[in-house]
Amino acid sequence: MRILALSLALLAAPAWSQSPRSGLEFQGEDIRRLQGDDFANPAMLWAERGAAAWQRKQGAANTSCADCHGAVEQSMRGVAARLPAWDARLGRVSTLEGRITACITREQRAAEPAPESHDLVGLLAYVALPSRGMPLRVDVAGPAQASFERGRELYAKRIGQMNLACTHCHDRQAGKTLLAEKISQGQPTAWPAYRMEWQAAGTLERRLRACFLGVRAEMPNYRDDDLVALQLYLAWRAQGLPLEAPGVRR
Amino acid sequence: MKQAAVLLLAALSPVAAAGDAIDVPLAVAGDAQRGRAVFLQREQGHCVICHAVSGAAPAGDVGPALDGIGARLTAAQLRQRVVDITQVKPDAAMPAFHRTEGLQRVAAAYAGKTLLDAQQVEDLVAYLGGLK
Ligand code: HEC
Ligand code: HEC
Repeated sequence: MRILALSLALLAAPAWSQSPRSGLEFQGEDIRRLQGDDFANPAMLWAERGAAAWQRKQGAANTSCADCHGAVEQSMRGVAARLPAWDARLGRVSTLEGRITACITREQRAAEPAPESHDLVGLLAYVALPSRGMPLRVDVAGPAQASFERGRELYAKRIGQMNLACTHCHDRQAGKTLLAEKISQGQPTAWPAYRMEWQAAGTLERRLRACFLGVRAEMPNYRDDDLVALQLYLAWRAQGLPLEAPGVRR
Repeated sequence: MKQAAVLLLAALSPVAAAGDAIDVPLAVAGDAQRGRAVFLQREQGHCVICHAVSGAAPAGDVGPALDGIGARLTAAQLRQRVVDITQVKPDAAMPAFHRTEGLQRVAAAYAGKTLLDAQQVEDLVAYLGGLK
């Protein structure tokens, strides 16, 4: 009986042994200090840009995000902490970026923003701000389940010329060092984030593509179903951790 | 020569290699000095990102420190671990350095290519074998 209870508990818990810890804990003092101070955090420059984009009328509909949603502090509170999620209107799992892009193309009737464009990263940062500190909580049941399972499988699959899966670095080796870089649990809570190596803020998709490149695997295209599925799995795996976006990473 | 080639293929085929060791060298005798360069250099094996050996800093610690490894493992065992450690430890967090078969989603630029060539593997075996 106890064994049954234990195995049920194991089934319910993420398939790894550590409790979730933010990547911030694995970063150096310099990065922690930058992220801890909004006046020093370079990602806040993108959030400011996002604030301007939120107010700007554009597209054939000549409307702004604010025209429909009002103030982000009210309308977007909690949103970034519960995405990705199944989107009945789009008929697929959507990330925050997917939601914003859908509003731009369908409501504003403007051109689809290029991946990683500064205004788009800015909007992601700005819209995430009112959810800062809120625990991640995503719904992976029902119609989202297929995408979730796809993400979970990909996370554990050896890929690339290096023949490594995400699990090899982020589940088993978190806390260990690759030459000089501390490996974290690969949690998504900081993103979009300013990354020192890029000298820019970017999305979680860009960070994930860097890991694909690192193992010399084919990089999925931006907004590819595989990347959406991985992000849903990562958000589920991070359940309970507070959102830090927009964060800072090395 | 032909026999050696057959043996080599047997040793590298997934079924035959499912063991702890590869007895037959993949290339002419390895050179420990060159092997040390393969171990350290970024454009070669760059083993040091995961393994420490004394005298090499900085080094990572994803894998065990390899000081004394030559006293613990035979050349054939070392060869197997460099060629494809998953034959020994299926879940090892270490790349297979001389394997192309059965890899998934390899980026086009690297498809069909091994991380290290046969001579580099033998050089590493000579280098590691000397770490006593
Ligand atoms: C060979 C090791 C390795 C593999 C394999 C790997 N990563 Fe990473 N990953 C890193 C390193 C190193 C970093 C940067 C340090 C850190 O934050 O962990 C990183 C960072 C990340 C981050 C950002 C964490 C943060 O706190 O901002 C995420 C998310 C991530 N990886 C997810 C993945 C996913 C998903 C996969 C598989 C597709 C993967 N990684 C495969 C080494 C790896
Ligand atoms: C991305 C990380 C990584 C890289 C790169 C790497 N290794 Fe490893 N290595 C490991 C890990 C992890 C283990 C332990 C595997 C286990 O026991 O499950 C290991 C084990 C070994 C062992 C067996 C040690 C023992 O005590 O049995 C040898 C030998 C070895 N590695 C040699 C090398 C050489 C040579 C290179 C470079 C050509 C290399 N490794 C590159 C991670 C790595």
